[in-house]
Formats: sequence, structure tokens, C-alpha cells
Amino acid sequence: MIDPILEMRRVSKSFFSIKALRGVDLTVYPGEIHALMGENGAGKSTLMKILSGAYRPDQGGEIRIEGKPVHFNGPHAGRAAGISIIYQELSLAPNLSVAQNIYLGREVSRFGMLAREAMEAGVGPILERLGADFAPSTLVADLSMGQRQLVEIARALHARSKILIMDEPTTALSAGESERLFGLIRWLRAEGLAIIYISHRMDEVYALGDRVTVLRDGTLVGSLDKPEIRADTIVRLMVGRDVSSFYKKEHDPRNDANALRGAPSLAAVDIADGRRVKGCSLTVHAGEVVGLAGLVGAGRTELAHLIIGAAAMTAGHVEIEGRTVDISTPGEALDAGIAYLTEDRKALGLFLDMSCLDNINLAVLGRDARLGGIVDRDKARDRARKAFAALGIRAADIRVAAGSLSGGNQQKVLLSRLLATTPKVLILDEPTRGVDVGAKSEIYSIIDNLAKAGTAVLVISSDLPEIIGICDRVIVMRAGSIAGEIKRTAPAPLDQEQIMALATGMEQLDA
Amino acid sequence: MPDDGASAKAAAAPGLVAAQETRRQRTRLLIRSAGMLPVLVLLCIGFHLLSDGRFFTAQNLGIVVQQAAVNTVLAAGMTFVILTGGIDLSVGSILAASAMAGLIISKFPDLGALWLPAAVLTGAVFGILNGGFVALLRLPPFIVTLGSLTAVRGVARLLGADTTVFNSEIPYAFIGNGSLTLIPGVLSIPWLWVIALLVIVVSWLVLRRTVLGVHIYAVGGNESAARLAGIKVWAVLLFVYGVSGLLAGLGGAMQAARLYAANGLQLGQSYELDAITAVILGGTSFVGGIGSIWGTLVGALIIAVLSNGLILTGVSDVWQYVIKGLVIIGAVTLDRYRLQGSART
Repeated sequence: MIDPILEMRRVSKSFFSIKALRGVDLTVYPGEIHALMGENGAGKSTLMKILSGAYRPDQGGEIRIEGKPVHFNGPHAGRAAGISIIYQELSLAPNLSVAQNIYLGREVSRFGMLAREAMEAGVGPILERLGADFAPSTLVADLSMGQRQLVEIARALHARSKILIMDEPTTALSAGESERLFGLIRWLRAEGLAIIYISHRMDEVYALGDRVTVLRDGTLVGSLDKPEIRADTIVRLMVGRDVSSFYKKEHDPRNDANALRGAPSLAAVDIADGRRVKGCSLTVHAGEVVGLAGLVGAGRTELAHLIIGAAAMTAGHVEIEGRTVDISTPGEALDAGIAYLTEDRKALGLFLDMSCLDNINLAVLGRDARLGGIVDRDKARDRARKAFAALGIRAADIRVAAGSLSGGNQQKVLLSRLLATTPKVLILDEPTRGVDVGAKSEIYSIIDNLAKAGTAVLVISSDLPEIIGICDRVIVMRAGSIAGEIKRTAPAPLDQEQIMALATGMEQLDA
Repeated sequence: MPDDGASAKAAAAPGLVAAQETRRQRTRLLIRSAGMLPVLVLLCIGFHLLSDGRFFTAQNLGIVVQQAAVNTVLAAGMTFVILTGGIDLSVGSILAASAMAGLIISKFPDLGALWLPAAVLTGAVFGILNGGFVALLRLPPFIVTLGSLTAVRGVARLLGADTTVFNSEIPYAFIGNGSLTLIPGVLSIPWLWVIALLVIVVSWLVLRRTVLGVHIYAVGGNESAARLAGIKVWAVLLFVYGVSGLLAGLGGAMQAARLYAANGLQLGQSYELDAITAVILGGTSFVGGIGSIWGTLVGALIIAVLSNGLILTGVSDVWQYVIKGLVIIGAVTLDRYRLQGSART
């Protein structure tokens, strides 16, 4: 039996009267990939911050590294003890070279001058071992997200870390880059590193995890060994209830005789932008949920932006209920009945400093206004309260700043803004990205209810089980074009492999 | 997704945590909105004591508000601009050009009474020009208004052929030097201050009660999101620079009425700095999206009290500059601390 490299015993952390962690025991062995799962707010970040030294745990707990008790007393103490953390938002300086980033804070100097060659020579072997295809002198700004991740890992190796914590490392990676990262993580395991892998994605945990530990409300609710790792078990542990109806799909446009007849709610005809989108056509009928699948970079978001007028199209047009509409700004799209949920909630969606009240009402303030521009505050408050109730938004008050909510609740606030416009067509771009399992299930149910009420929904998603779980039909994009379309034929579900084949172009190889 | 402590715990113990959360938010709001008010009060009391009781007299307070009036009007316009994340460096020059235009019109026998709207309109036109460059040509506000700071100053000098224009018979002169009597013999308010307060109240109504106001905060908070939410960002920007120019024009009219004269070279020199200082002292964030017009009012009063108090206590002119400058830096430091703990850094 190998000795554990990291042991946490009865570790708790309170913020004033609130317990963020309650007596968590965690044991990690060298040469294992230990997946850590839990909804947002379950305590994963707090645990990580304790391991990095940023938070000090409450009295009574104990942390041992290689059997020796440690007491971290500063944000870099964890690093000194051999723990490296790779955060979701990478912490590299884009305007510095790869070598400078790896040596950041521990620069080598000669007579007070930076010894650039020495640093570049120092990181060379590590990059080589990691199979990097870039030089140590490359600027980080010129690297892809996958390559930047590699630099982070190189930094950890260079600091001789024994424990590597990765927080949702694949969020910004394409499928190919993720695969390469997985290979690398397995190699690090073989080298004897202990890896704590935090993820919301079940398929990654399947693929990588030797053990899975699940946190809920600050408590460790279960640890599963490899043979016991199963999606339903994990999800049940995470949400604390059975999730047989995780993906909710009760609506069925084929049951409604009128639904698929007549003009579609949304028709995009031969849309192109001269760069990323090359002549795409698609239709969505009222009451239908259509998935738009494809690899990262296939042009799905770009197509959506063209449809709603956020980017200019060079060819093609959009039809709403059979009539051609001229849309050149997102505002005109809203007027025409198309609402778009952005994939980048923080940069392009929410106003983080503004209240939920204002965020929800923003798109309809003008319509609701009195005397040509005075905000109807009663109506606005009423609308926000109804949205809180209807979508189950959990926040202390409608006046709370949107930025203070959790990811799932933020997404619901943003969704409420779109629904306030009572759209005919709803385009949802990665609707459950950065959203915890519980809120995911709620969002699926909201989508299902919208379809039942006759909204045409187009869901862009990289999460295939999600697309298969909630869509009636899947359109697959590849390299800016529509690669194909797969219909759900009862009782057979949509086929994940068929979608992947279209997305990657594998079906051409077979033919 | 970073774990969000507050919301997670809200799920665990909704009632208790919700109450704590609102209390925390409320305290934060209170601190932010009260902002510099305690500083203003302390300054007033301090100067009163240091000047042997000469500060809190009806006459001196009248002087303070009269001095604060024009800057308050400029700073109100500046608040609109800074809330969108922009800046307007040209208000001092626009003030001078508007005052010149107003005085020249006032000398025409038949048009004389039109000088006041003419001055305000002149300001609005320059403001809309600024807005056009920023909103439609997408140029950085700092550069656009830095350019108009110089160019409009030139226009102001051109208007009077680089001389001082006088008109001792200027209509509506009372707004510059008269007072509105509220209780005869007891209480009267300078007209300049009445105008300034009206501007503040109207600005508050626009910012807090109209759709346009919410859109201004939205554009400052997140311009890309505002665009995707269907807000006409260009219209909002055009509006805020237009308002800033219009209020600079009004400020020019106030100065012209007060002095019966205007000089294109000297009038309004570096007024933009006092206006910006008032806005920042008032807690409006330089990156946009956060701030209030009441804060701006307090900020403008702090500047006026500081000038007045330093003179009353006999501080030399040179040291007044040093102290004022340090106050600005101190205020921005406070702004930093206030922003910590809010959703954005």
C-alpha cells in the first residue's frame, strides 16, 4: 500500500456564522486522478483555497502532506508545499513569453538583468516532455487555449509540484484539445503526480477518474472507487435526490397536428458571412426544440450572431413565420420575435453591477414605459417577482446585484430578460455552461415548457447528452456548413455517434 | 464557475441568509450613497472652527453655493458621460464658447432676449458633435474631447475676435446675481443655485426614473451586453455627450449673466477638471455603470467648501493647489476601496 500524499481530516471552514465546509476528510494518493464533483457552492472552491493557502481552515482540522502536518499561512504557502492549482481562468500573462511565465515570481537574473537564455533553456526539457509544439520564447498571447493549458502544467512541473489541482480545465478547449489534455493528465499520473480534477462533466470524470469524491453543501457525501463510478450514482449524490427525469422532454411536436405544418417560426436561408459561415440553412417550427451541434469553431455561434443581426451577413436572409425580415441589429431581432441567449453570460449578457430587477426588465423597459420614457416601476417589480417565482431564481431580493448570484441563477435571470419579450423564436447558446447540475435540470424543464407553449427553440450545445436528452431534431455544423440533420424517430433516441461522425467528418471516410 | 458562497448557503438556510444578504447589500448601498457626505460635513465643521465661526454665516454660505453652482451644472453633465464609461474634457471650452455666443447675441437690439437659449443651444451643438465622433465613428472619448478642448477654445476666441465682450444691459442678469426670496428678509437663495439644484433634480429623474437612465447605466456597465440586449448604444452615447454640452452651455449662460462679460481665452479655463473631480468625489466609478447624481452634488459642494474654507482660514494660494490635489487623490483611493467587494473590480 502506498502512503497517501495528501490527507485532510475534519477540515472545516466558516465565514461568520455560515459553514462553507463541515468536517471534510479527503485522502489523495500519488499516481491517482481524484475527481472532485459537486454543484456550485458545494464547497469545492473553498477546499481548493484552503489547499492553496488563501483561506485558513477552522481550528480542529488537520492537513498532512506526505504524512507531515502542514499549516499554510499565506496565499503561496500551498505552492511552496508542492501543490499547484490551475484555475478555470488561466493565470498567465499574455504579453510575456512562455519561459517568463513559467519562471514568473522566481526569475533568474544575472547582474540584475533577466537571464533570458538561461530561463528558456531551463523550461526546454519540460516542454519537450509534455510534447509542446511551441518554443519557450513564444509569446503566450500567440498560443491557443490548449497550448496555454500546457504552459500552466509546465509551470506546475517546473515548481516540482506533487499535487496538481485542475479546476474545469476543458471549459475553453475544443474536443481535440481536450483529448490531448486527457492524454497528458494520464501521463502525469504515470509520473506519480496526484491530480485533483474538478469538473461538472460526467464524461470527463468517466474517462479520467480513478476515484470520485462528491461534495454537497460543504459536506463530503461520498467517495466512489473506479468500478462504482456511474453517472446516476454521482448525480444522485450531488443533488441529493433521484434524477430519473434529469433531462425533461415531455413536449413532442408530432403530437400537435398543427405544429409542424405551415411556415416554420424561424427559417435561415443560405446565410453566409464570407468568413466563418458558408451558406447555412435551417428551420425551426413552433413547439420544436432543435439542437445545433458541432465542434468548437464550427461556426454555430457565428451563425446565431448573423441571424440576430449581431454580425453582418454577406448573403442569405431570415424568415419569421414565412415572412422575410430585415434584421441588422439585435434590437431589431427582438422586435421581430427572436431572442438570443449568449454563451458568454458575463461578457455579453448580464450587467453584473445592476440589480436583477433591471437585468430582467432591460429589454422591455421601453415597451412598458409610461409617458414615452418613464419607467413603470410597479410593472417592472411585478415582472421581476414573477420571473423569480416562475424560474425558481434563488436570491435574497430582486434588487440584489446580478453579479452576486451563482452561475445557474445568473443564467435564469438572463433567460428571464429574454422571456419578458415573449419571443417566437429562442436561440440558446450553451444554455447550461457553468451551471450546476440542479440548475441544469431546471433549465431543461424551462425549455420543455417553452416548447409546450409553442416557442420555437434552437439550442446550441457542445454537451451531446444534453442535445440528445432535450431535442426533437439535431442539425450538425462542420467548418461553417451544415453537415447534416438527424431526426428523432420514436422510440430510438438520437444517436450520439452519428452526431459525432457528422461533426468530425468521419462519415465521409466511411463512404 | 467560481463557487458563489452566498447563493449556495442561501439554499441551505434561506431565511437567515437571505436576511443577512439583504442587510449586507443595504449597508453597502448606504456606504456608497452616503459616500462623501460625512466628509463634506466634517469639512464644514472644521472650517467653521478654524475660521473663528465665519463659515456658517448666511452670507458665506451664499458665497459657497454661488461658487459651487456652475461647477455643479457642469459636473451633472459629466456624471452622465462618466456613467457610460466616457469622459468629456471639453466642457470648459464649450462653456467659454457658449458664453461668448450668448453675449454677442445679447447685443443685438431685437434678438437680445434670445441670448440665453442661444448660449445653451451652442453648448448642445458642440456636445452633439463630440457625441457624434464617439458614438458614430467609435473614437475614444478621451481623444475626441481632448481635441475639442483645444478646438472649441479656439472657436470661443474667434467669436469675440479674441477680445472681452461686455454687456452691462444683458437681459435676465438676475440669474447671475439675483436671489429668489423665499421668506422676505430671512431666507433667499441665489438664482444660480436654484438652477443648479433644478439641474440635479432633473438629472436624477432622468437617470433613475426613465428608460434612458437605465440604458445609460447599462451601457456603462457592459457595452457589448447592452448592444445584444437591443439597446441603441449610439443613441445613448449621443445623448450623454449632448447633455454634457448642453449643460456646459447653461453654465456659460450662468457665467455670462454673473459677469456681464465673457472672454474667449480666460473663461472656463480648466473647469473640466473641477467637474471631473466632483463626479469622482461623488463616488461615480471611472469605468462606468456605477454612481449617482447626489454624489456629484456632494462632490461639487466639497470642492466649493474647500476653496472657500482655505481662503477663510488664510491658507496661501499656492498651498490651496497642493491641498486640493491631494484631496482628489485621496478621493480616488477611497473610490478603489469602495469598489472592492462589489461584483466588479
